[in-house]
Amino acid sequence: MIIAAVQSHPTPAILPGSGGMRGALSDLFWRRPKFLLTLMLAPPLLWLGIVYIGSLFALLLQSFFSIDEFSGLINREFTLKTYGDLLQAANLDIILRTVTMAALVTLASAIIAFPIAYYAARYARGRWKALFYLGVMLPLWSSYLVKIYAWKLILAKEGILTWLLAKLNLLWLLDTWLSLPIVGGNSLSVSFTGTFIVFVYVWLPFMILPVQAALERVPGNLVEASSDLGASPGQTFRNVLFPLALPGIVAGSIFTFSLTLGDYIIPQIIGTSRLFIGQAVYSQQGTAGNIPLAAAFTVVPIVIMGFYLWGAKRMGAFDAL
Amino acid sequence: MRSDRGQRAPLGLKVAAACGLLFLHLPILLIFVYAFTTEEKSFVWPPPGLTTQWFAVTWNRPDVWDALSLSVRVAAISTAIALVLGTLCAAAVSQTRFFGREAISLLVILPIALPGIITGIALRSAFSLADIPFSFWTIVLGHATFCVVVVYNNAVARFRRTSGSMIEASMDLGADGFQTFRHVVLPNIATALLAGGMLAFALSFDEVIVTTFTAGQQQTVPIWMLEELIRPRQRPVTNVVAMVVVLVTLLPILFAYYLTRDGDQIAGSGK
Repeated sequence: MIIAAVQSHPTPAILPGSGGMRGALSDLFWRRPKFLLTLMLAPPLLWLGIVYIGSLFALLLQSFFSIDEFSGLINREFTLKTYGDLLQAANLDIILRTVTMAALVTLASAIIAFPIAYYAARYARGRWKALFYLGVMLPLWSSYLVKIYAWKLILAKEGILTWLLAKLNLLWLLDTWLSLPIVGGNSLSVSFTGTFIVFVYVWLPFMILPVQAALERVPGNLVEASSDLGASPGQTFRNVLFPLALPGIVAGSIFTFSLTLGDYIIPQIIGTSRLFIGQAVYSQQGTAGNIPLAAAFTVVPIVIMGFYLWGAKRMGAFDAL
Repeated sequence: MRSDRGQRAPLGLKVAAACGLLFLHLPILLIFVYAFTTEEKSFVWPPPGLTTQWFAVTWNRPDVWDALSLSVRVAAISTAIALVLGTLCAAAVSQTRFFGREAISLLVILPIALPGIITGIALRSAFSLADIPFSFWTIVLGHATFCVVVVYNNAVARFRRTSGSMIEASMDLGADGFQTFRHVVLPNIATALLAGGMLAFALSFDEVIVTTFTAGQQQTVPIWMLEELIRPRQRPVTNVVAMVVVLVTLLPILFAYYLTRDGDQIAGSGK
C-alpha cells in the first residue's frame, strides 16, 4: 500500500503541508488517528455516559434509599427496606400479572406476525414487497397515543365493534365473554381483554420485522426439499420453517415482552383498575411520592429483561435483529 | 433463477397475511372518519353526521398551538443534537476497530431497548438528586438521548457501504481532512442522515412515556393528547388533533423510506 509506505517514511511530504490552523489540524488527524477517534467518540460517549448511564445509576441508588412513613421525606441512607416492601403480596401480584400479560401478548403477536412475515419474505416481490414493508413500517411509526385512542373508539360500548357484532347477530358472544371472570368486565374498554388487544396491536410491527428478516434467510429450496421428501405442509412448518424462524421470533419477543413490561399508558387508558408494573412505578413516584419504591419496582423489569436477553443470546436471537 | 420465483402462495396464507395487515391499518383509518363526526359526547358508530366545523374549532384553540409549538421546538433541537452525536459515533464505530466497540453500540441502543419508563424515571430521579428544575431543556435531554440510536443506525448502515478507499483516494489527491469530509464523506452519507433525522424527528414528536417524567407542567402534543384521553374535555378536538398527528408523522416516514430505498436495493443486489 502506498499509504503505508508513505507513513513509514520519515519525511512523507508528497505535497507541501497546506499550512495554517486548519492544515495543521488536518495533518494531526491523519498522523494520529487515535486522536481523531477520541475526538469523535468523546461527545456521544460523554452525553450517553453522563445523561443516560448517570441517570440509571441515580435510579439504582434511589432504590436503596427509603421513605419515612410519617413525614413522607426520603431518607438518604443505605437500606434494603424498600426491596423488602417490594416483596409484599400485593406487589408480587402486580409483577405476576404483568409478566403473564407480557407472555400472552408475545405469544399472540408471534402467531399474528408469522403469516405476514412469511408472505412478505417468500412470496411478495417488487411492488408488493415495498407495500408490505411500508404496511408494517407505517403502523410502527404512527403515533403511539393515536393508536391507543383509535382502540378506545373501537372498543367503546357505543363503538364500531359492538355495532359490527350487533349487525352480525353475535352480541351474545361478546356478552358471554365479558361475563367471564378476570378477562371480562363492563365493556371491552375496561377489561383485560381490551388491554391485551391493544398491547398486541401496538407491538405487533416489532415482531413482524425480525421474523421477516429471519425468514428471508431461509432458502426456498429447503421448503421444497422437505415436501419432496414427503413431509406434509404441517410437518414442513414444524420441522423446517419454525426452527429456522425461531431466532427471529425470539428477537421480536424481546421487544414485545420488554415493551409490555414497562408500559403504563395502555393499561391506564384501556383496562381495569388493577395495576401493572409500569402503573405501579408511575403512581409510586407521582401521587405517592415514594421514589425509592418506584425505583425498586423498575429494577424488576431490568432483571427480568436481563435474564431474557441472556436466554435470547444463547438461542442466537441477536443475529436476527 | 431460483425455483421458488412466481410460485403461488396458499390461499390460507394470503388471507392470514391480508387480515394481519388490515388489523394494523383499519384502526388508524378510523381516526380519519371520527375527525368529521358531528357527535360531541360519545364515540358512537356510525357517526350521526359529518361536518368540518371541528377543524375551525381546533384551529382557534391556543392550548393546541402551544403544545404543537413546544413539540416542534423540542423535536428540532433533539434531532439536531442526535444528528451530531449519532453521526460521530457511527463514523468512529464503522471506520475503525478499537477495544470496546461492541460496548459502544450497546450503549447507544440501550435507551431504546430498555422500557421507556425506566429511562423516564431514571432521568427524573437524576434531576431530583441534582436539583435541576423541569424546563424545555430537561425534555430535550431525554429526547436527544433516545434519538441518537435512530441516526446512528442509519449512518452506520451507510458507512458500511461507503468504501474506505474513496477517502484515501481523496487524501491522495491532495484534499485535507476537512475537504474530504465536505466533498466526499458528507455527500455520501447525506441522504442517510436526512432519513435518520426525519425518523428522529418523528420519534421525538411522538414520544410520551419519557416526556411525562421530564416535562413537569409543560405540554407537548402527546402529553396534551394523554391528558385528553384521561380527562376528556372536548372529544371532537381530540379527534382532529389525532388525525393531524397521524399525518405529521406519516410524511417524514414516507420521505425517509424514499430517501434510503434506492441505496438499500443496491446493497441488497449483491446478496
